[in-house]
Amino acid sequence: MNQNVFIELINPFKDKVFRLAKRLLTSTEEAEDATQEVMVKLWNKKDNLDSYNNIEAVAMTMTKNYCLDQLKSKRAGNLKIVHNNFTDREPQLDKKLEDSDSLEWVEKIINQLPEQLQILIQLRDVEQYEFDEIAKIVNMNETAIRVALSRARKKIRESMVNTHSYGIR
Amino acid sequence: MELDRIENILEKYFQGETTIAEENELKDYFSSPNVAQHLEQYQPMFGYFSQVKQQKSTQEIPLQTKKRNVAWLSIAASAVVLLGIGTYFFVSEKDTAPAVVQSELGTYDNPEEALAATQKALALLSNNVNVGIESVQYINEYEQSKNKIFKQ
Repeated sequence: MNQNVFIELINPFKDKVFRLAKRLLTSTEEAEDATQEVMVKLWNKKDNLDSYNNIEAVAMTMTKNYCLDQLKSKRAGNLKIVHNNFTDREPQLDKKLEDSDSLEWVEKIINQLPEQLQILIQLRDVEQYEFDEIAKIVNMNETAIRVALSRARKKIRESMVNTHSYGIR
Repeated sequence: MELDRIENILEKYFQGETTIAEENELKDYFSSPNVAQHLEQYQPMFGYFSQVKQQKSTQEIPLQTKKRNVAWLSIAASAVVLLGIGTYFFVSEKDTAPAVVQSELGTYDNPEEALAATQKALALLSNNVNVGIESVQYINEYEQSKNKIFKQ
């Protein structure tokens, strides 16, 4: 397998990998790194890539695992360098204005969900995978996925309704 | 009618029981301008899903092939080998050149003549060496007088 064939192979799902990574890692740069990492790992496995029947699902699973590992290692670190250590904790004015944008609100709400639910929302509602594909990626059965997804969607709805009617009721 | 249907699908959606087709129907409905007022609160949610799907990774993926590395290594190795062979021939050619010249030097057939010539040559050499040593004597002289003046 040469590089061009490989690029052809990964092109359909490269952006999906990136978006899943961004969902979990938040920062674009880290998501780019994660995408690169996953693709390089796939490339190194290129000789037995044919033995997988669904490379996209494998890639998505690798992305999920990689991002969760990243998050775990960050949390385990004692020393956290966070920007708001030395800046005003109050969000800046322009940020506040942006936040009033309802799409940003949705993003914020989703980011507050547990990672597992974020992954499911990303795979189903954004990338529109079928349930059997999601089952392969996250290694759960379809019923459990449906239940969890329903929970995630209801949580989003709850927060949305609260935000939507904020100050009215 | 239409609204009933959307509400039904929406209910199913929150139960996690919709199909992709139904979800697309919802997305289409909420991206259209005429959304019923009591459903407007869901608009950002579906809008967000569609918007996020537009994000693309812009970074190039560097694919380093181990095979390519091996190829480069062998190219480098063969270059080194070629260079080595080249310099060897270059240097050895230079070495052989004076040898040819030496064989063409004149020689004496008569041993006595050869002896005389050799003695002459050696005398010339030793004379010159002595001249060299004499001039070094001066330096010794300087050394002595210097030691007289500058006493440690």
